[in-house]
Amino acid sequence: MGKQKVTLRVNGVSYEREIDPRMTLGDFLRHEIGLTGTHLGCEHGVCGACTVLINGLSGRSCLAFAVQEDGSEITTVEALAENGELNILQQCFQEHHALQCGYCTPGMLMTLTELLRDNPKPSEKLVRDTLGGNLCRCTGYAAIVDAALDAAQRLAAAREA
Amino acid sequence: MKPAPFEYHRPTSLAQALDLVATLENPKILAGGQSLVAMMNFRFVQPDHLVDLARIGELSGIEEQGNVLRIGAMTRQRELEFSDLIARRLPLMHAALDHVGHRQTRNRGTIGGSLSHNDPSAELPLVALAFDASVELASRRGKRRISARDYLRGYLETALEADEILVAIEFPCWREGHGFGFHEFARRHGDFAIAGAAAMIELGAGAIVERLSITLNGVGATALRLDETEAAMIGHRLDSVLLRRAILAEVERLEPVDDVHATADYRRHLAKMLTMRAIADAAQAAGAPMARI
Repeated sequence: MGKQKVTLRVNGVSYEREIDPRMTLGDFLRHEIGLTGTHLGCEHGVCGACTVLINGLSGRSCLAFAVQEDGSEITTVEALAENGELNILQQCFQEHHALQCGYCTPGMLMTLTELLRDNPKPSEKLVRDTLGGNLCRCTGYAAIVDAALDAAQRLAAAREA
Repeated sequence: MKPAPFEYHRPTSLAQALDLVATLENPKILAGGQSLVAMMNFRFVQPDHLVDLARIGELSGIEEQGNVLRIGAMTRQRELEFSDLIARRLPLMHAALDHVGHRQTRNRGTIGGSLSHNDPSAELPLVALAFDASVELASRRGKRRISARDYLRGYLETALEADEILVAIEFPCWREGHGFGFHEFARRHGDFAIAGAAAMIELGAGAIVERLSITLNGVGATALRLDETEAAMIGHRLDSVLLRRAILAEVERLEPVDDVHATADYRRHLAKMLTMRAIADAAQAAGAPMARI
């Protein structure tokens, strides 16, 4: 059961590592390259806390092995802030109190990053359906939905400006 | 929650993959991984070798072959969800996909993986059974084609032999203007269904039922068809009283599991109600609205 060489591009930086094939993408991000923003919750694909973008599409990093993603482009929550400033979606989370303990937040942010990219004007129903894949045990979701809808409006305003 | 060690293989052709599964000791085929990796994390499944089909281009894509849509086994659920061809030719599949997992899992999950895992509450096996789809299985011994009904054998069980790989699924399209309906009950949108029902109907002159397909998930070891109800209705006018009687009688004889999520009685109740709603939608879409049943 030998190690295998993989190269992953994470947030624009290439990382080459020798890893066990059984290492999940989530563990690769946290333990191999020290990006601990991605949180692993249930580790069996139910909670969505570990959501990252894999080649631009949201995926659960606990349900992918890093070896599968050799050559892939991964985007994590660390890529969202711009020049040390929270991006619009993150600011909306802060202003709407869309997090309490914060454990699910990186996954929520990555799921919504994809949603707002693909559907710039999502309905509340679409936001709620999409967030069905991410569990939050603190907020009751209302503030997260508010933050997402506010972010959609502010992103649209920023595009028009 | 970490999987047991395994060796990883990434063939780039079907022939290579077939050699690997035929010769390796205790191999497992990896498609989108949305069920398998979870089971490996729990160590319910401990393969010595994982054969990843993701880089075999010939296994994915949707192809229109006359009246049949041929879908490569590695086609992602996401591609099916956003395919105009699927929405137009297999509208029932399009409707069901909305209930398949979540955005994050549909981005990676495949149709072949879903059919091969064959969870009793999964939607895509139900859709394959509803259309009387056929599956193409390959091994070094050659190819064979069997019906979805024969393929979906039981609880997490298929007719796939140890050295075989599911290559494609072929869906015969129903005629334009057919009606369809899909209803499912789950605790949370996208979660495993407690029960679900799909109906497709083709009506002739005078609202005579020419073709009918009624399929359920969550109420048996695998998806199942209400054969007797279909037979009782075909050739007759769509009559809500007859229909109701047939559904109640047939569903009453089903033996769904009694577990922490729902009792067997409740699953039977859901099956009846969801079936009636699915047929009502299908009839309406086919242009013959029924009295509420």
